[in-house]
Amino acid sequence: MDNGEILRLKGITKGFPGVLALSDVDFTLKQGEIHALMGENGAGKSTLIKVLTGVHKRDSGTIEYQGTSIDVHSPLHAQGLGISTVYQEVNLVPNLSVAENLFLGRQPMTMGRIAWKSIHDQAAEILARFDLAIDVRENLGRFTVAIQQMVAIARALELNARILILDEPTSSLNIEEVGTLFQQMRRLKADGQAIIFITHFVDQVFQISDRITVLRNGRYIGTYETEGITKVDLISKLLGREYEKLSELEVSRSGAEQAEDETAFVRTERLGRKGTIKPFSIRVRKGRVLGCAGLLGSGRTQLASLLFGIEAADGGRMYLGGREVRIPNPRKAMRMGIGLSPEDRKEQGIVQELTVRENIILALQVRRGWFNNLSDREQREIAERYIEALDIKTPSADQVMKNLSGGNQQKVIIARWLASNPQFLILDEPTRGIDVGAKTEIQKLVVDLSNRNLAVLFISSEIEEIARCSSEVLVLHEREVVETLYGKDINDQNIMNAIAVRHVEGGEP
Amino acid sequence: MSNASATQTPGPRPARSRNIPPIVWPLLALAVILLFNLAFTRGFFSITVKEGHLFGSLIDILKRAAPTLIIALGMTLVIGTGGIDISVGSVAAIAGSMAAFMVRGASIAYLEEAAYATTPLLPVFAFALLAAAACGLFNGSLVAFVGIQPIVATLILMITGRGIAVLLTGGYVLALDHPRFEFIGIGYLLGLPFPFIMAVGVFVVLLLLTRLIPLGLFIQSTGGNSVASTYSGVNTRMVKLLVYLISGLCAGMAGIILTSDVKAADANYMGLWLELDAILAVVIGGTAMTGGRYSLWGTIVGALIIQSLTTTILTRGVQVQYTLIVKAVVVIFVILIQSERTREFLQKSRRKVPTSG
Repeated sequence: MDNGEILRLKGITKGFPGVLALSDVDFTLKQGEIHALMGENGAGKSTLIKVLTGVHKRDSGTIEYQGTSIDVHSPLHAQGLGISTVYQEVNLVPNLSVAENLFLGRQPMTMGRIAWKSIHDQAAEILARFDLAIDVRENLGRFTVAIQQMVAIARALELNARILILDEPTSSLNIEEVGTLFQQMRRLKADGQAIIFITHFVDQVFQISDRITVLRNGRYIGTYETEGITKVDLISKLLGREYEKLSELEVSRSGAEQAEDETAFVRTERLGRKGTIKPFSIRVRKGRVLGCAGLLGSGRTQLASLLFGIEAADGGRMYLGGREVRIPNPRKAMRMGIGLSPEDRKEQGIVQELTVRENIILALQVRRGWFNNLSDREQREIAERYIEALDIKTPSADQVMKNLSGGNQQKVIIARWLASNPQFLILDEPTRGIDVGAKTEIQKLVVDLSNRNLAVLFISSEIEEIARCSSEVLVLHEREVVETLYGKDINDQNIMNAIAVRHVEGGEP
Repeated sequence: MSNASATQTPGPRPARSRNIPPIVWPLLALAVILLFNLAFTRGFFSITVKEGHLFGSLIDILKRAAPTLIIALGMTLVIGTGGIDISVGSVAAIAGSMAAFMVRGASIAYLEEAAYATTPLLPVFAFALLAAAACGLFNGSLVAFVGIQPIVATLILMITGRGIAVLLTGGYVLALDHPRFEFIGIGYLLGLPFPFIMAVGVFVVLLLLTRLIPLGLFIQSTGGNSVASTYSGVNTRMVKLLVYLISGLCAGMAGIILTSDVKAADANYMGLWLELDAILAVVIGGTAMTGGRYSLWGTIVGALIIQSLTTTILTRGVQVQYTLIVKAVVVIFVILIQSERTREFLQKSRRKVPTSG
């Protein structure tokens, strides 16, 4: 094995009904290397790991492990091969002791009984290597997530992991805990351990990793030496631009003088909620698209959830059409003419078992109330009207929703809101996990909506499409609106800079 | 059984099972049970007319299925929202005991028998159904507003409900003598047993209720994806509260029928384990326990399957100690043919046979 390569994935492709999750992705891992795997939501990070650990079967491509081509059939098989994963949510048993967790399934026995003394001694010894002096007889659940994670890592290594995969290990840790984790990762690396580090924290990647592989929209963007790439470059790789030739969209841009516009349809004055998002003051005008950019975890979705009443604001004011309003729940928001196409389409958007027709008319029926039922004929008419208007590809209005592709499901959700005739529509990542062709259609739709005199808030992790579709752009960083771009200032570069500048300023230790 | 099914299955079945409406499978099972009786149980299909009433095994099935059916119809909506109501047997006991208590003039003390006959029936039904509605609202509140898991929330009333019923009857079996009240359980209307007419009435009311107002849509969307429904503005709490209320009322009606049928309220045994038959009827009828799509039609067929089976086993003279086992085997069979996976499996193995032969 030249240059210490332990793992080589080549041309990995994996499709799910309606969407290509991974398309021709390469990845290599060397002995004694911490290799960061990065990408926004839906980029394909977890799909790649699931292919590697045998959760999903790849459609094509090869996995070469320690010089031989392998097929991984199941997570257990992967573990047997020496590929162990420690997930974000620690997958151990909280109500068993630390020692039991370490030896689960392979308890040392003497005379047909579990050798508790030996288990406890060995467990303490293993954890000592991680500078953890804890009572191994305590239930695992009583310790912090950081310690639980360390125990999980220790267990994975005890199972002779040749490759250790850490899936978003730092997202629930505080700064000191992250420090401890990194210290241990460096120690393992020094011992020659190969580690795949999946994360969306740009700063952490620069602190700990040797190489970085970036995925976007299921495609391989590239692998970079950490030393040879700047934060700005990395962010631009992450958020990227679509290389497909796209037709220009007609977007009406707003000028900076409208920043204090009191006549905007939606207006917030220091609206906020502690622990969710810092107070923000925004304007969304009818006939305009307000784009909302920022990295994963910057507070994009939280901003939407406050405007739609999924979480109630605990400070500030919100005005709708000049009247002050309070929005305690989605039902109220909807009555006031606000619609939300949520980020997680499957969990929060569609009702899979119901038909396209029922999914489309749901919000309208709610708006009409309990005693104003839509007849079957009306339902069909409305559904068919929107299927045609939005070009939803379905055999019929009575097709069950789960049989549609991601892009068409997204259109159905937009149709649901259009049918209910809202005045303000929030679209949270409407193009996520959608094939490129369908993406362009959704983008056109977003601009189209504003041309129908709706006020639109368009959230996306792709800078390129924000720049294409928006009349003005909010930039979020660490749960705060840090900048608003207007008119000619709206382009990929400026948005990218606005995001990157905060990272470089705030990120340096 | 094996003979009957063997003569049924080899017929050519359309290859694309996806286009077959799901109700076909429970209907098929019901047909198999009835055909078995056609072949082996003499007189099973004979119906005679006595004093303008219909009599016979089939009519008996309709009558005996009624309480389970009424409860199962309410249960269908609850399961449609992704919930379950295991308190229905106890709620039936409460309503039945309340009815007996009211028929006896709101007293459990000894009264002249003749006096019973004159008790006005309106308060009897009103109080019995009010008690049942209160139970339903209690369950619904626990599930919708307190957020307790449905099976745990309704377990509370399943257990305490029987205690409440015993309080109402003072621990006695309250015997009744009230011809007009007894009509509910043993009377005939249009030649058919009145309990069955009631069940049909409940079915029609629920069908209209779920179609004329968007309750059906909201139940299915809540059961299919509660979060997405909330995000679309559906008042999922109200939907849940309503289905448990409906389920309680259905259980109440079943309780009144049961009390009237035996002319007595036995708080300890009335409606015992009825919740299990009701849930079974819903599942056999093709409604998934996970919520979402439900079928009231399917539930009717499911309840009829269970009762036909019970009646068949009894008329076949299967020894008492084996009846439950026979029932279990048939139920497993019925549920298996409904499972998409089983059918796929069968289709695959069928496809293999011709290529090898």
